[in-house]
Amino acid sequence: MNTPAALAVQFSRVSKTFGAYRAAREVSFEIRAGEFFSLLGPSGCGKTTTLRLLAGFEQPDVDGGEVRITGGVVNGKRPYERGLGMVFQSYALFPHLSIERNIAFGLEQRAVPKGEIASRVRRAMQLVRLDPDTYGRRMPAQLSGGQKQRVALARALVVEPPILLLDEPLGALDLKLRKEMQVELKALNRDLGITFVYVTHDQEEALTMSDRIAVMRDGRIAQLGSPEEIYERPRTPFVAKFIGESNFIEAKQDGVVNGRARLVRPDGAVLWTAPNERPTEALICVRPERLHLHAPGEAPSGENQLPATVRALTYRGESLHVRAELGGGGDVVVAVRNEGQLNQRLRWAVGDPAVVSWAPQDGRLLEGDDS
Amino acid sequence: MSALKALRRRAFTWFADRPVAGTLGLLAPGALWLLVFFMVPLLMMLAYSFMERGLYGGVVYEATFEHYLRFADPLYVTILGRTLALSLTCTVLCLLLGYPVAWTIARSGRLKNLLTFLVVRPFWTSFLVRTFAMIFLMRESGLINAALMGLGLISEPIQLLYTPWAVLVGLVYGFLPFMVLPIYTSLEKLDPALLEAAEVLGARPTARFFRVILPLSMPGVVAGSLLVFIPSLGSYLVSDLLGGAKQMMIGNLVQNQFTSARNWPFGSAASFIVMGLVLMAVVAYLRTRDDEEGGLR
Amino acid sequence: MSQHLPPRWVIALTTLVYVFLHAPLLVLVVFSFNDSKFSTSWEGFTLHWYERLFERADLLSALKLSVGIGLGSTVIATALGTLLAMGLARRRFPGRAFVEALLYVPVVTPEIVVGISLLILFVAMGFQMGVSTILIAHVAFNISFVTIVVRARLEGMDRSLQEAAMILGADEWTTFWRVTVPQLWPGILSGALLSFTMSFDDFVITSLVSGPGSSTLPIVVYGMVRKNIEPTINAISAVILVVTALLLWFADRVGGEEGAPKGH
Repeated sequence: MNTPAALAVQFSRVSKTFGAYRAAREVSFEIRAGEFFSLLGPSGCGKTTTLRLLAGFEQPDVDGGEVRITGGVVNGKRPYERGLGMVFQSYALFPHLSIERNIAFGLEQRAVPKGEIASRVRRAMQLVRLDPDTYGRRMPAQLSGGQKQRVALARALVVEPPILLLDEPLGALDLKLRKEMQVELKALNRDLGITFVYVTHDQEEALTMSDRIAVMRDGRIAQLGSPEEIYERPRTPFVAKFIGESNFIEAKQDGVVNGRARLVRPDGAVLWTAPNERPTEALICVRPERLHLHAPGEAPSGENQLPATVRALTYRGESLHVRAELGGGGDVVVAVRNEGQLNQRLRWAVGDPAVVSWAPQDGRLLEGDDS
Repeated sequence: MSALKALRRRAFTWFADRPVAGTLGLLAPGALWLLVFFMVPLLMMLAYSFMERGLYGGVVYEATFEHYLRFADPLYVTILGRTLALSLTCTVLCLLLGYPVAWTIARSGRLKNLLTFLVVRPFWTSFLVRTFAMIFLMRESGLINAALMGLGLISEPIQLLYTPWAVLVGLVYGFLPFMVLPIYTSLEKLDPALLEAAEVLGARPTARFFRVILPLSMPGVVAGSLLVFIPSLGSYLVSDLLGGAKQMMIGNLVQNQFTSARNWPFGSAASFIVMGLVLMAVVAYLRTRDDEEGGLR
Repeated sequence: MSQHLPPRWVIALTTLVYVFLHAPLLVLVVFSFNDSKFSTSWEGFTLHWYERLFERADLLSALKLSVGIGLGSTVIATALGTLLAMGLARRRFPGRAFVEALLYVPVVTPEIVVGISLLILFVAMGFQMGVSTILIAHVAFNISFVTIVVRARLEGMDRSLQEAAMILGADEWTTFWRVTVPQLWPGILSGALLSFTMSFDDFVITSLVSGPGSSTLPIVVYGMVRKNIEPTINAISAVILVVTALLLWFADRVGGEEGAPKGH
């Protein structure tokens, strides 16, 4: 499966330095052909630099590793020699060219015959659901943000690139349009068989669309995996915090019994979780929706249990978020689902004693952040 | 791909791998021109101002400071003083006339473009023609004298040309647009809600002007004043045509030394004094601007 | 916004300033049609002074020279100034502060200083004063203005436009001509227009570096203004006014047709 031919992109220990600033540090990953691959992280994490290294706008440092596209090394190749497609955050539509001419630009560079250009431009516009007769002659300034977005997409796709780069393409759209485009982008990726490399800082966007996500931090990949893996088994506190909401419960690892890790809280409470070979920080991560809240004495056995006191309540519609202070120190947020019996749940009041519980497999022992 | 295209791409790839070489390639032609035909001449002029004068123009290569000392002579003190006085008065007049214009334009709604155009329009007209227009009005047989005599206010033409007033009017006429545009720019950025806020807080029109409008347009006032003051300091044509020999400004002195008087080193020294005054004005401007930026932080 | 109109006396003063700016030029033009050699009273309509313009061979050849030098210096200054602006738009490079100084010193240096310093250089180098020295001088004082105008445009330009062109397969050359230049066009055009106007209009510097037989239009006009006040000058002034107005109108048309986004 991982033969070079099936790989669309390969980064091998790629580094990029701007002056004293190390934007990418020995970044390595592979993207399979046809995959929807996201680079996710906060601003300044190196995701955009990584994309620009792939596009050819930046070159790796000397001895800064290799970038391969469909198996061939592209270090030193100019962007126009790479045959990629790209959608920019600002759309980057040429303001002096009509929509048709914008879309035709790449085809003209490839010396495609005139008649063929016209028909391919029409097909590309239909593909992104823009009526060629209505919009073809318009100038970019006459379009709405969503329409510009579609033109940018058509312009990138019309040259049938093997790989499409997308640099926060939905950032400037309003929420409703963004959701709509997410579905469409995913559908295009599936139907056209083109590899998508998607840069975003929006974790929800990445989770919704991606086959795999590389979470980046400080120029490095903090974790790479499917959305499920990243959400269910975050490797480090950073990833756990960046993707979704997390609770961190302090505990020390105290051996492995029957394939499960035994942990001890500072106050002596014992917890169980799946083992991790290299835990460097004694933190257990549990998602709020995996925690349960019980009245004292009502917690089910076989689960991790910690006594707690209710400190704050936040009604969120589909759930009630209860912030509870743990007996042995630390805070957690428990998401109590609204299943219609919320009236009963609302008996929780600030100051109530309670027990927080969770199944051992729902806790995750974290590694330290590498920095 | 044609051979030419391939060659072109190879050349660009070479430059792309060497960004500094590429940048220098873009800068070199223009920068060299400015260096050779602007900076070098200015430095030569500086050097000349410290040399002995040659007999028929030019210089003798012997160091001296005498040309700068000559400016203690009352004759030159007068010229220097006149230059400064005229430039300052011109700047103040331009400010007093230009601010109302800028204010009106900034609040003129749909007329904005037309009014701006009408201010800029004279700037695109030959300076010589504009100065001649002043002569045409002010000369002995000019329209102003004709009008005054027609009204019976005066019995014979009064001397308007070749007075300090003529030079002043000429300077204001020439440089007024430079004052209007920067003030207009800063007034246009002014949020009308600020004025409403001031009004709600009880500020009367005068207070609104002095406590809100004027302070917020200060960057424009300062920039405009500089843009008027600098060319006034170095002006030559206005005082030459409207002031004549009696109303010499320092620019005329410089020109004079290089043509009729043939004292190049002294002309160079005079020229450097103008340059020095200009640079002082620029530095003062940059400092007020930096202070403002510092204050905003 | 109307409730924030300036006080009435401000508007009145503004009107007076507009009269002050335009009336003298209007009077000049009106009297170019006056059928009297000296008088400032209206003696009837004539085109005589315009006919006189065509009789003066020196005016015509000076006009040709001025246009030639204007075009030549504009082409050179616009090319060099645009390249300079593009170079300055790039990332840090050694000597940037020096180039910035090179750029801004010409903007503040008084014309008379520019003129005599160039005179010193040309005499020291043994250059023959004439068309070439005028051309050199005009390019020297125009480069900065072109660069500043083009640079402002360049800074308002989205850098990803060039990147978009390149990822679509256009090399640097094609990107420059098909994306960068069309975007910069309004800036380049106004830079060129400014350059031509300043070159065409310049008297102070030109008079110092011109030689016998290289009299530009301003030099001839200056001579006319100094010597002999006859309405021919009114006529030539009127012609200059109309030509510059046409030039401005033309520049506005061409700049507007490009459809480039305004507001930067």
